[in-house]
Amino acid sequence: MLYIHCPYCEEHRSEEEFHYKGQAHIARPDDPDNCTDVEWADFIYRRDNPRGEHKEQWYHTVGCRKFFNAIRDTQSYEIKTTYKVGEQPDMAAGIVTGQQGSNAS
Amino acid sequence: MSQTNLRISGGRIRRDRPIAFTFNGHRYAGYEGDTLASALLANGVDVVGRSFKYSRPRGVMGMGAEESNAIVQLGATDATEVPNVRATQQALYDGLVARSTNGWPNVNFDLMGLVGALAHRLMPPGFYYKTFMRPAFLWQSYETLIRKAAGMGSSPVAPDVDRYDHMNHSVDVVIVGAGPAGLAAALAAGKTGATVILVDEQEEVGGQLLHRQAKIDGMLGADWVEQALAILLSLPNVTVMARTTATGYHDHNFITLHERVSDHLADQAPEQSVRQRMHRVRAQSVLLATGAIERPLVLANNDVPGCMLASAVSAYIKRYAVMPGKDLVLMTAQDDGYRAAIDWHDAGHKVVAIIDARVTAGDDCTQAARSRGIAIFPQSGVIEVIGTTRVKAVKVAALSPNGEQVVGNTQTLICDTLAMSGGWSPAIHLSCHTGAKPEWREDIAAFVPGLTVQKQWLAGSVKGDFRLADCLSTGSEAGNATAAFCGFTSTDAVPHQWQVDDWDDGPAMAYFHVPHTKATSRAPKQFVDFQTDVTAAGIEMATREGYESIEHVKRYTAMGFGTDQGKTGNINGMAITARALGKTIPETGTTIFRPNYTPVTFGAVVGRHSGQLFDPERYTALHRWHLAREAVFEDVGLWKRPRYFPLAGETMDEAVARECLATRNGVGILDASTLGKIDIQGNDAREFLGRVYTNAWAKLAVGKCRYGLMCGEDGMVFDDGVTACLADNHFAMTTTTGGAARVLEWLEHYHQTEWPDMEVYFTSVTDHWATITLSGPQSRALLAEVSDGIDLSGDAFKYLDWRQGSVAGVPARVFRISFTGELSFEINVQAHYAMHVWEAIFALGDRFGLTPYGTESMHVLRAEKGFIITGQDTDGSVTPFDLGMGWCVSDAKPFSYIGKRGMARQDCIRTDRKQLVGLLTVDPNQVLQEGAQAVDDPEQTIPMTQLGHVTSSYFSHCLQRSIAMGFIRNGHARMGDIVYYPNLDGTATAAEICSPVFLDPEGARQHV
Repeated sequence: MLYIHCPYCEEHRSEEEFHYKGQAHIARPDDPDNCTDVEWADFIYRRDNPRGEHKEQWYHTVGCRKFFNAIRDTQSYEIKTTYKVGEQPDMAAGIVTGQQGSNAS
Repeated sequence: MSQTNLRISGGRIRRDRPIAFTFNGHRYAGYEGDTLASALLANGVDVVGRSFKYSRPRGVMGMGAEESNAIVQLGATDATEVPNVRATQQALYDGLVARSTNGWPNVNFDLMGLVGALAHRLMPPGFYYKTFMRPAFLWQSYETLIRKAAGMGSSPVAPDVDRYDHMNHSVDVVIVGAGPAGLAAALAAGKTGATVILVDEQEEVGGQLLHRQAKIDGMLGADWVEQALAILLSLPNVTVMARTTATGYHDHNFITLHERVSDHLADQAPEQSVRQRMHRVRAQSVLLATGAIERPLVLANNDVPGCMLASAVSAYIKRYAVMPGKDLVLMTAQDDGYRAAIDWHDAGHKVVAIIDARVTAGDDCTQAARSRGIAIFPQSGVIEVIGTTRVKAVKVAALSPNGEQVVGNTQTLICDTLAMSGGWSPAIHLSCHTGAKPEWREDIAAFVPGLTVQKQWLAGSVKGDFRLADCLSTGSEAGNATAAFCGFTSTDAVPHQWQVDDWDDGPAMAYFHVPHTKATSRAPKQFVDFQTDVTAAGIEMATREGYESIEHVKRYTAMGFGTDQGKTGNINGMAITARALGKTIPETGTTIFRPNYTPVTFGAVVGRHSGQLFDPERYTALHRWHLAREAVFEDVGLWKRPRYFPLAGETMDEAVARECLATRNGVGILDASTLGKIDIQGNDAREFLGRVYTNAWAKLAVGKCRYGLMCGEDGMVFDDGVTACLADNHFAMTTTTGGAARVLEWLEHYHQTEWPDMEVYFTSVTDHWATITLSGPQSRALLAEVSDGIDLSGDAFKYLDWRQGSVAGVPARVFRISFTGELSFEINVQAHYAMHVWEAIFALGDRFGLTPYGTESMHVLRAEKGFIITGQDTDGSVTPFDLGMGWCVSDAKPFSYIGKRGMARQDCIRTDRKQLVGLLTVDPNQVLQEGAQAVDDPEQTIPMTQLGHVTSSYFSHCLQRSIAMGFIRNGHARMGDIVYYPNLDGTATAAEICSPVFLDPEGARQHV
């Protein structure tokens, strides 16, 4: 179960408080009426499916009810950072799960 | 046989507390401190179960989670039964009742055993796939028989009488395993002040220290454990939990700990106690000190009762004071195995010989054996065990230096117990759970945990540091490291250096499979996975049949698919696969383990979330009234809604007929409080509504309501409802009962992510307002009696108006909207006034024939008018035009609202789409089945051309005939056509396509 930092609440909370909302930064076309069917299908259906870092949107459903973005590694499930809607990720400062335990001993 | 014959002195059992228990119907005696397995051994019970496929007799082999033979069905009653319990992990309690999981009709005379013995050559790997696949329709019959014969544990048939619960924790360090490494780690981390949870799956902490001869700081292992535990218990920041298994290590350091709270006490948990508890722990760091699991050696008939893991032999002697037999032969490939022979000898019993596959053994172990006069056969192997229900003898032969060929003559040694020590496999299971790939270490011939993204540290045997001194030092180091990671530093200037007095173990040999004088395929069975009956010959056959990946070999042979997940068998199986393929073990693949480490009961998974607490229930403010009126409820989302209000002796159909007629002829009353309600405010609220609804909102005046459809960007309807304009920048939206949360999330999503500059605020007020609907020709007259400040006349208060006033003396918003087609008023009052208002209305209701109706009548009444219910008459694939609701779609709005572009897609403007129509059966008494498919030609051969399905279908008592709504391809252009609904009995019901508005199409009834 993921442990997600809500950039509005500024706290880590368990995944069960959130809804996953798919790929982030999918902008609604400015002029839908002049989109072709293919362009419209791209907007509503076609999404990336990367192995590795994925920018995605989450909703703090039973918390602050705010939408925010996360960069998550789809292989390791590491969340590199979370950031508010309208912001750009601050990878340097925002890394949530930085140096790993790597079986250190 | 009396247990005392096999008991010796010492051990950790409580001889002053004898215990009686029952196994397979026989009564036995044991002591407190025994496990079921140790008590069975003490009573001389050799056969504890039958094997899965060949039904061979099996005995206790291990002493902990790794056990794959002694799997029992525990419980004295149907209500307390637990399947798949390892006898080695079940503490003995007074009155314990257990039976073998496998063995039908019983373990001592087993029908399947005969079949297995006669037919074993006919049961190769993949046997079930190969034999029972055809004909396919018989598989279910085969499966029933196979399961009964094979025995996989049986599901309890009675409801569980025990309680289970969950507990959440957030701590700095979770340490899994309280052997030497885990205890040293807990001491180090605990002293820094970090919050620590230390868990161990056994009945008491200590791990192998509880049966080892070695000394730490001059103390015997068990004494050192006691001292360490005392220190840990004195630290308020440390929690120590025995009989608690870390079953799963999940993402982001979330770990589940399965505590068997009272399983060691009685068949049923004591009053005031739960039976098991699942701890859900979010840890800053996790320290795995899970130790290692000893491997048996793969040799002929290595499954005969009396064949045991060497470490288990030591544990039974030293911890449980049980001699598992009289005369021991040890087969080993490492120094550590010698300890079992030493313990056996020191307990006063005969060690016939130590058979060591290696050319040379370490000095310490050799010295210990020689000084006791124990014969050692170097570079030799036990190639076969003789016996069926108990070891009678073993065949021993000299081997080639690499152990792969028999080179000498065979001799037979008489014994009743064979201890096997193939080497230690680190218990890497938890480390695999979040996806880390194990790494092979050639120097120790074992997999160790691979690199992980978790905050995970390792200590002791799990990382391949098997020596006791190393377990302690790596434990201390890792304990300090985890604490430091969490911001706690050690105050000790120099970490404690433990003085360990133990053998210096020499190198182990990577040895897995002892050859036989015959080829593997001709030799007696050499078991790899005892629980699923996978043999070396079976694996070799799988590779001959072309299986090259270990993952495929596992699935084909079922290796590792038992409830033990192949804890003892997987590495041996991989080694045999690798050799058969001419590859190395790491080239063959890795073995990945998944949660849970050992089986978890459903009770522990569910916790308190069962029965009444399975799901939350939502009640309206009028729920008590409905209960008193003996309403029959239905679930709508989490809500409990009255479905109908039967009078004494009434069926549902009779009640619904009465409620519908009363509403059409007099006045009905409905609790509509469950409708989703969203309060929308802000300067841009009106514009926002225009963007999310398909129709126009720009001109809706204060005091007016409007019905709206909400679509997705694909143009498909997903919710509907009425929204009222309370003020120019203030609206009250209603949604469907089930859609309230989704709609709110939808609105917030668009506001926050697409149009954040719009000034608009959404607040869920579903629970704040109760909604009481009066419907029927008498509704105005009744409302006039209880309301003040509202001119109810038809001219002053028109259809789709709303008015503020008071009802029963309480401030109310009254909406003149109708879901029945009758003159209707929806009275909204603050929820805590609802009962007062409802009762005030009822106090006056008799004169008007006021009748409460439920959701079933509501459905019939709305269907008579052709009003849709989203989710019933829509399914996410229909546009407003498909519903014949193009009147609710605006073309004039300047903003391209949600759904507009989607509805304009090529596929959505086809003329032959499925469209919602009314359906009148030719026989008015025949009611169509909801979901039934329409066809044009009922004589067409299957597959027929389907036109669309029935979405709503009822018998209308108002119209005295059946009515239905449904989809028909191009239906809007086919009014008057007859279509057919084929029935299961071969007949077909004919129906005429018509308008879905069956009653009062001109709307005269509501416009009064």
